[in-house]
Amino acid sequence: MARRSPEPLLWLLFSAGGMAAALLVPVLLFLFGIAFPLGWLSAPDHTHLLSVLRHPATKVILFGLCLLCLFHWAHRFRYTLYDGLRLKNLSLVISLFCYGGAVAGSVAAGVVLFRI
Amino acid sequence: MPENDRITLRVARYRPEQEMEPTWQSYEVPLRKEWTVLDGLNHVKDHLDGTLSYRWSCRMGICGSCGMTVNGEPQLTCSAFLTDFAPGPVRVEPLANFPVVRDLVVEIDDFMNKLTEVKPWIIRAEDKPLDEGEFPQTPEEMDAYKQYSMCINCMLCYAACPVYALDPDFVGPAAIALAQRYNLDSRDEGSADRRDVLSSAAGVWACTLVGECTTACPKGVDPAGAIQRYKLTAATRSLKDLLWPWGQR
Repeated sequence: MARRSPEPLLWLLFSAGGMAAALLVPVLLFLFGIAFPLGWLSAPDHTHLLSVLRHPATKVILFGLCLLCLFHWAHRFRYTLYDGLRLKNLSLVISLFCYGGAVAGSVAAGVVLFRI
Repeated sequence: MPENDRITLRVARYRPEQEMEPTWQSYEVPLRKEWTVLDGLNHVKDHLDGTLSYRWSCRMGICGSCGMTVNGEPQLTCSAFLTDFAPGPVRVEPLANFPVVRDLVVEIDDFMNKLTEVKPWIIRAEDKPLDEGEFPQTPEEMDAYKQYSMCINCMLCYAACPVYALDPDFVGPAAIALAQRYNLDSRDEGSADRRDVLSSAAGVWACTLVGECTTACPKGVDPAGAIQRYKLTAATRSLKDLLWPWGQR
């Protein structure tokens, strides 16, 4: 077998991120960005929402969503820089920036979520 | 349409013995309802300029020889009708992303080599003798690969692919679609033999799903879909190898 490349795993994170973002983000945006502010649905009060957010299942799902979306961004942005801007010769720097950024963002999301 | 209507073909010429760079030459050809760009080129060759070189054979979208760039788009010239480009002029250039040998003729060795690399034929672990009969297949089993078997190797997808333009090592849309044509065939047992080429960096992982290959395909094959499906196969496989490294390969 050829040298093991991380590409398949990165692609799995990328595609899982695309799927998760497509399924969950529009719902969250609709609820918290449109329906609650416009009063189409009665918004939950702060203590209710906080207790939902403190539930471990909510934390895990939101953390997973943040992580997958960030890795989706990282993979896509890496190829945008590679092919769109023809910067493939800087691949090491670009990979470190993109996936490093996704790791840092995920850690930050984890810190915020699990401290609540 | 009046009998004496004409349209101009603006044809890319390249004769390596007399010019360093491709040049343009214009020819006026009859504009007839049933004439394709290929008929226009044949008119040029027969009546106006016998030195023009291009490939063609069947005139009916089967052989895949007459692919060229028509008004900037990769097309089979036998199915591109002149009237669709009226009043013209119609720009005819060789297929993009391939070295030009002469005029509209491109060098196809790279594609031919890649095609054999993916072993696009039925591979059996053991050939069974002829007298044991055929390999029956249900309609559902045939549907699994039939779409990909429509590929005529015309290379329009390579001309359309921006990834192939940037990275000529990319195995490319048609070769991967044809590999999948056999991987998904119930009679085939060769997917392991194709795995190394397909799941290499120059295989499916080079594709960024631009989708131009599928748009360009004149036969309704979906090479972009074939590549995406194989990405999932290859990724699942790597995950399995990572989590279960002592498992059977």
